[in-house]
Amino acid sequence: MAFVNLKKKEVQAKIVYYGPGRGGKTTNLEYIYNKFRSRIKTEMVTIKTHGDRTLFFDFLPFNVGKIREYDVKIQLYTVPGQVKYDATRRLVLRGVDGIVFVADSMAVRREKNILSLRNLQKNLATFRKSIFKIPIVLQYNKKDLEEQGIPLLPLQTLEKDLNSQLKAPSFEASALTGMNVVPTMKKIISMTMASLLMELK
Amino acid sequence: MTYMLGQEQLDAIEQVLLEDLFDVGVNCIFLIDMAGNVIANLDNGEIKHDIYSLAALAAGNFAAVSTMAKIVGEDEFSLLFHKGEKESIHFSKVLTDFLLITIFGKGISLGFLRLKVAEATEKIKKILEPPCAP
Repeated sequence: MAFVNLKKKEVQAKIVYYGPGRGGKTTNLEYIYNKFRSRIKTEMVTIKTHGDRTLFFDFLPFNVGKIREYDVKIQLYTVPGQVKYDATRRLVLRGVDGIVFVADSMAVRREKNILSLRNLQKNLATFRKSIFKIPIVLQYNKKDLEEQGIPLLPLQTLEKDLNSQLKAPSFEASALTGMNVVPTMKKIISMTMASLLMELK
Repeated sequence: MTYMLGQEQLDAIEQVLLEDLFDVGVNCIFLIDMAGNVIANLDNGEIKHDIYSLAALAAGNFAAVSTMAKIVGEDEFSLLFHKGEKESIHFSKVLTDFLLITIFGKGISLGFLRLKVAEATEKIKKILEPPCAP
């Protein structure tokens, strides 16, 4: 539910990082926070458990700058990935304008990625939103683990499992090293803004 | 879904916040939507709160409490209020998609604040009512 403030000439939109637990959603936001520290005036908000897992959400407001005379403020959120937190995950999705689905490239997490994507589709449907219509970017995270000899899913398998129907833009990435974290964010912001412009026409 | 508010409506909302709440001594007021977007805000200039983070947390908090209410068989809890030593926060739902958040100190009683918030909420409802509301 993006909000256009005609008085301040400002647009606020909400982008949610979704995906299975321990997939790297929070690490994506932490990388963005550190990379753009000088541009982000506030602290990153995190609500986590004592075990350092996301309990409710992480939140990072990000000023994109001006697009067609409008100041664009993007609110980046993550959801808790663990299966048991489905109710809170649904709450974070309220009013979402764009989604980054962070999949875990590790071979042992194949099933968890598929289940999480199905869960996203189901939860979006509760807000009468279609996974096929909302701006979405897929990120295949943890590419850095390849160097350590940890078995990863081949790109073709990830694409077949998660993107054969969606046909969304996708990035192989490493949230830990920062590889393709910013391109993922730029892509979802541009898709979200394009979608908002279409809606306002 | 995208919605927009124009200069006239936002000025009218700010006027209500100013006259009905700010002038009675509230420290900080902001109107947000349930997605956590900030629609209008006013503060006394002395306390600089990070309103974007507060808005995100307030929307999440309100949504969590509403879900708890449904689980115990209530439509919603009528009073959502957090009391602090110096500052307290009061939440009030406006229509289905907006939330009015008031931060106030010891100088105002909760009863008086609720009365003023209720008056302000009615006025804001009229400004926001469809077709403006999402």
